[in-house]
Amino acid sequence: MPDTNGPHLIRGARPLGGDPVDILMADGLITAIGPDLEAPEGAETVDATGLVALPGLVDLHTHLREPGREDAETVASGSRSAAAGGYTAVHAMANTDPVADTAGVVEQVWRLGREAGYCDVRPVGAVTVGLAGERLAEIGAMAESAARVRVFSDDGICVSDALLMRRALEYVKAFDGVVAQHAQEPRLTQGAQMNEGRVSDRLGLPGWPAVAEEAIIARDCLLAQHVGSRLHVCHVSTKGSVDIIRWAKARGCDVTAEVTPHHLLLTDELVESYDPIYKVNPPLRTAEDVEALREGLADGTIDIVATDHAPHPREAKETEWSTAAMGMVGLETALAVVQRTMVDTGLLTWAGVADRMSAAPARIGRVGGHGRELAEGEPANVVLYDPADPVAVDGAAMATKSSNTPFRGMTLPGRVRATFLRGTPTVLEGKIK
Amino acid sequence: MRHLLSTGDLSRDEATLVLDTAAELAQVGDRSVKKLPTLRGRTVVNLFYEDSTRTRTSFELAAKRLSADVINFSAKGSSVSKGESLKDTALTLQAMGADAVVIRHSASGAAHRLATWVDGSVLNAGDGTHEHPTQALLDAYTMRERLGRLDGLRVAVVGDILHSRVARSNVLLLTTLGAHVTLVAPPTLLPVSVDTWTCEVSYDLDDVLPKSDVVMMLRVQAERMRDSFFPSVREYSRNYGLDGARLARMPEHAIVMHPGPMVRGMEIAAEVADSPRCTVTAQVANGVSLRMAVLYLLLGGS
Repeated sequence: MPDTNGPHLIRGARPLGGDPVDILMADGLITAIGPDLEAPEGAETVDATGLVALPGLVDLHTHLREPGREDAETVASGSRSAAAGGYTAVHAMANTDPVADTAGVVEQVWRLGREAGYCDVRPVGAVTVGLAGERLAEIGAMAESAARVRVFSDDGICVSDALLMRRALEYVKAFDGVVAQHAQEPRLTQGAQMNEGRVSDRLGLPGWPAVAEEAIIARDCLLAQHVGSRLHVCHVSTKGSVDIIRWAKARGCDVTAEVTPHHLLLTDELVESYDPIYKVNPPLRTAEDVEALREGLADGTIDIVATDHAPHPREAKETEWSTAAMGMVGLETALAVVQRTMVDTGLLTWAGVADRMSAAPARIGRVGGHGRELAEGEPANVVLYDPADPVAVDGAAMATKSSNTPFRGMTLPGRVRATFLRGTPTVLEGKIK
Repeated sequence: MRHLLSTGDLSRDEATLVLDTAAELAQVGDRSVKKLPTLRGRTVVNLFYEDSTRTRTSFELAAKRLSADVINFSAKGSSVSKGESLKDTALTLQAMGADAVVIRHSASGAAHRLATWVDGSVLNAGDGTHEHPTQALLDAYTMRERLGRLDGLRVAVVGDILHSRVARSNVLLLTTLGAHVTLVAPPTLLPVSVDTWTCEVSYDLDDVLPKSDVVMMLRVQAERMRDSFFPSVREYSRNYGLDGARLARMPEHAIVMHPGPMVRGMEIAAEVADSPRCTVTAQVANGVSLRMAVLYLLLGGS
C-alpha cells in the first residue's frame, strides 16, 4: 500500500493539455489550482513541466482474476498495473472462480482492493448465477452490499436469452444499475477463433462474424428502450455496431458503449502469424472497422475507452492458436494507445480523452469522487502524462503479473509519470510507490 | 526454403523445382533397390496429432528411401496424451536432434507455431482446415504427369471447400503454376470471402464439368449434415456427387482426382472411383516421390 503523506504541489502541469499551472493537493483534495502557487510548509513538489494533467482514469472493464486465477493476476497486482497506467478506479469483472455472483464475493474483491490501496476497485456483479445464463444472480444483494455494485455483466459470455436480458435490464432500474452486455450471439460463434473474413478464410480458422455482435446490440438497444432502462455495450468492435448504436441513440435509447485500445489500433491481419498474443474476444477486426471505431469514439457514439485488461499466464498463450486463451493486458498501455490513435490523429483533444477515459466511465459506473474536473475542492485524483516520451512496449517490464501485451515490440508515444489517488501518489517519476 | 508451411510461400520456380526433383526421384521407386544414401545420418520425426496412416506412411517411406532415420511420434500413447504442450514436445524433439519435423495437427497454424520453437525444418503435413502443402504438390505432379502441363489447365475442385486444407493449398499452388481453378460447392461449404480468392466459383457442377481438364473431388463428411451445411446426403450427392453419367459429360482426356479417403456413394460413385480415369492410386504413388523431393530440398541433401 502506498504511504499516505502530506501535501503535494505539482508545478507546471497542463490541465487537459492547456496552459501550465500549479496544482496543490492536501487532505485528499485539490486545494488550489493556478499559476505560481506558493508551496505550503512540508509540501512535496513535483516538477510536471510539459506534462499533461488529466483526472485519474476510470476503467469500466478490467479482469483482475482474483479469486481463482491468482497465477494470472491478483487484485493487488492488477491495481498496481492500473495505477501505472494512470487509473484511479477500475471495475473488476465478474468472471472469477468463484464467479462474483453473490454479495460475499463482490465484498471480498472490494476489500482486497481497499487493502491494496492503489486504486478504487469497484466489483462488477454477474447478471446470472455462475454466468450460466439461466437465472438472475442476487443482483439486489450485490447492489446493497458494502461494494455498492452498480454495473452487472456476464462478460466473457453473452446474456443471449432475450427474456432474461429484458428482466435484468428491468431489475437494475431499482437501484440505478446498468447491464453491461458482452454482445456475442452464441450460435453464430460456435468454435469461433477470429474475425470472419478474408484472413480467417485464408488461415482456415473458424470465423467470428460481425453480425453476431451487431444482432445482439440491435436487440438489446430495442429491449432497453422498451423497458426504459440503461444498457452498456462492452468492447464494441465493428463498424456495423457503431452504426447501430448511433441509430439507437438518435431514437432515444439510453445506451452507452465502450471500445478497447486494441480495437482502436490493431487488425486481424496480425493473426497471420498464428501467434495467440493476438487472440482476443471479440476478435481484432479490419482496418475499416478500426476507422469506424475511432470516428465513433470521436463523435461520442462510443462513450468511453475501456481496457478489457485480460491477463493470462504464459502457457495459455504459448500454444497453438485454437487452444490459446483469449485476451490481452491493457491497463499500462491504454493512454498511450489512445494518444496515438485519437490525439495524435487530431480526432480527440486531451479534454476529450479526459471525458472518454475518466468522466464518462465514472458516470456510467456511478463511481463517486472520480471523473471530476481538475478544480479546487475536487478529490485529488490526478494523472500526469508525458505525451512526448516514447516507450518501447515490453510485457515483462509491466506491473501486471502477466505479460500478454499485443503491443509488444511497438513504440507508443508517451508514458504516465505520476498518478495520485486522493492526493496520495501511487506512481511518482514513472515508478510505482 | 527452410520450412514448408504453405504452398502460398512457394514461387513458381520453387514449386517447379519440387515437381522436377520428384520426377527424378520417382525413378528410384522403379529400381529393385529403392533407396538412396542422400539423407544418411539425418533424423526425420513424424509428429502426428491426428490419425492418418496413409500420410504418415507416405512420409515415412519417403524419408527411408533417402536413408534418413525416421521416428514416428504419435500423439496417442505418448506424453502428448498426458497433456504435454506442443511447445514442450517441440523442445524435446529439438533436444533429440531432429533435422526435420513432419507435423499433422488438428489446429490450423500448428506447423507455423512449431517453426517458431525448433531449429530444424518443419513440414506441414496438414494443419486443421488450413493447408496440406505436400498433397497439393503431389496433385500438381499427378496432373502434369497425366496431362503434360499445368499452365492453362482448367481444374475444378468440388466439395467441402470451407473445411478443406487440400483446397486451400491447391488454389494457391495451382494459381502460382498458371492453372485456372474453379471451386464448386453449395454456398454453405464455401468461405464467405471466397470471391476475393484467385479462382472462380460455381454452384453448378454440371455446368463446370464439360469445361474441366481435371475434376478434383473432396471428401464430404456426413456429419456436416447435422450442422445444416446441406439438407441430406442424398441431396448433396445428387447435386455435387460424381457419378457415371457426369463422368460421361467430362472431356475425354479429363481426369478425376481425389485426395482420399473417398466416401463412395457420397461425393464419388464406385464406378467413377474404379474407372481408369480416376488417379487416386497414382496420387498415392506420386506422394512418396514428391515427399522425397521436399525432404531432399529442405534438408539440403547432396
